[in-house]
Amino acid sequence: MIPKSGIRFSEEIMRQQSPMTDQALAAPRDYLQAQIRWQWGEIVFWLATLLPFVLTPSYLVLASQIAITALFALSLDLILGFCGIVSLGHAAYFGVGAYTAGLLSKWGFGEPLSGLVLAALAAGIFGYLSSFIIARFRHLALIMLTLGLALLLQEIANSASWLTGGSDGLQGIHTWPIFGRFRFDLYGYTAYTYSLALLFVVFLVARRLIHSPFGLALRGIRENTTRMPAIGAAIRGHIRTIYTIAAAIAGIAGALLAQTTETVSLEVLGFQRSADVLVMLILGGTGRLYGGLIGAAVYMIARDQFSGLNPQFWYFWIGLILIAVVMLLPGGILGGLSRLASRAKDKP
Amino acid sequence: MPPVFGVLFDGLAYGMLLFLLSVGLSVTLGMMNFVNLAHCSFAMLGGYVTVTLMNALGWPFLATLPVAFVAAAAASMVLERVFFRRFYRASDLEQCLLTIGVVFVSIAAAAYIYGTDQQPLQLPAYLRGSFVFAGLNFAAYRLFLIAVALCITIALIAGIEATRFGAQVRAAVNNQRMARGLGINVDVLFAITFALGSGLAGLGGALAVAMVGLDPSFAFTYLIYVLIVVSVGGLGSIAGSFAAAMVLGLSDIAGKYYVPAIGSVLIYLVMIVLLMWRPLGLFGRR
Repeated sequence: MIPKSGIRFSEEIMRQQSPMTDQALAAPRDYLQAQIRWQWGEIVFWLATLLPFVLTPSYLVLASQIAITALFALSLDLILGFCGIVSLGHAAYFGVGAYTAGLLSKWGFGEPLSGLVLAALAAGIFGYLSSFIIARFRHLALIMLTLGLALLLQEIANSASWLTGGSDGLQGIHTWPIFGRFRFDLYGYTAYTYSLALLFVVFLVARRLIHSPFGLALRGIRENTTRMPAIGAAIRGHIRTIYTIAAAIAGIAGALLAQTTETVSLEVLGFQRSADVLVMLILGGTGRLYGGLIGAAVYMIARDQFSGLNPQFWYFWIGLILIAVVMLLPGGILGGLSRLASRAKDKP
Repeated sequence: MPPVFGVLFDGLAYGMLLFLLSVGLSVTLGMMNFVNLAHCSFAMLGGYVTVTLMNALGWPFLATLPVAFVAAAAASMVLERVFFRRFYRASDLEQCLLTIGVVFVSIAAAAYIYGTDQQPLQLPAYLRGSFVFAGLNFAAYRLFLIAVALCITIALIAGIEATRFGAQVRAAVNNQRMARGLGINVDVLFAITFALGSGLAGLGGALAVAMVGLDPSFAFTYLIYVLIVVSVGGLGSIAGSFAAAMVLGLSDIAGKYYVPAIGSVLIYLVMIVLLMWRPLGLFGRR
């Protein structure tokens, strides 16, 4: 370990001592540019998200749920996959978003898009405040603090039943048509279009963010928290920024769920939701942007297919899958696929 | 009964229970940094062993307690050898996920075998009811619980402080690599400690049934409490776990008793504040 990084370090010093030519500056820029370029696989993936409209129109409600969950998983991927922050309480921000959108609508303002913006704002503010705590800790204390914040919020929501409806959930939400024209129908056409469009827009933002110098710094924090400050990165500031962004995205996902289903229950804040989204992300593969999306789709479709089973048995299989993924398939589905692809490339 | 005394007594008994459930996790976490979220699954196993032996086979309550200990220890040993051993050097995330997987499986298995209802448990006559001493009312079972937990605490501290094995455990918790360098077989040491800690959790689970009940969600509900105790107490510190378990037991019971509106919020608040004040726990050193 030590000699290896020592060599790399001295290379860097040498590079810095040589005068900064345009070429030296161009190398990192070219690297980031190459990352930004769209791959064929990505285009195919996004075209495939349109398939439910033609192939399985009776499953559009499920498809919109998948899109919402995928958005939530994407937000967790930003902090976990790219920054190494293990969170067992990410549902807190999802819940803040859901309750914000739900309450706005209950109080007579059901305009969906501005509701989303306000929900993202509320979740982002809560995320920003909690990021001051999050950024100071690592390891077990961090896991416990994320878990504790979410549990705390759930208990508060439970006891403030005059506001949230407590364990009965929030009643009387009515979402207005989007742009005043597109009503939310029973079949989920509008819901899926709306959720998918938002997923795509947020994904573009996240993709741009990850392939920026800031995104590179985040990966540096994930890989080595000791070295990053040594090369001049403000790691706490970076963690605070990405945590706030991820919280706002989780808030959007929560608000989408509230608006499309027109209910909010205490379960949106629950530990189960935090654990589920973690499972999906791991299943798909962390740190790959698409991991959460694919994981959410696989998980939700499997759960829908097995919904006849007792939920207890569903968790038996989830437990087994988790153990199997961690032991046999590190990197999740996408990690396994990319290993297969690179093996095929090596074998001409 | 003056309510202050009643609350103190209940809180003490509850704290003792939390201590039994969490001390094993604290030591194994301190030694190997292995985040074992499945710890309470072993406690749940102990509880179900006791319930089964008493209800189906008619064993006396006290005789089931050692069996609960041994069953949990044996189960943990198998899991440690088969799964956990490969993950000592893995990241927090992988350890969390692996052990959450075990928790899911254990909950589903418990629900499959026993159903999701609370398990009935008929305590023997001498542990039921309560008696009055010096004008104060003592519930017999809580007293029994406190006595058992105190005996175990004393035995633990004596074992850790005075025996050769205890000295090796302390060395491994303080500096695992140095302990290895001195020729201590940390892997074997860890396997034994892991089994002992899980056995204690099993015993705690068996004792918990009569106080807080038992259903398949036990493994999650009490996991959160145990994690709070461990992280607040400081990894690898028996005294820290004891202090943290008492603080949390007392504040939880007192909170639910005096300020029921925010009672369940209080325990999380206490944890967050304590962790922010001392991220390594009350007695943590690293």
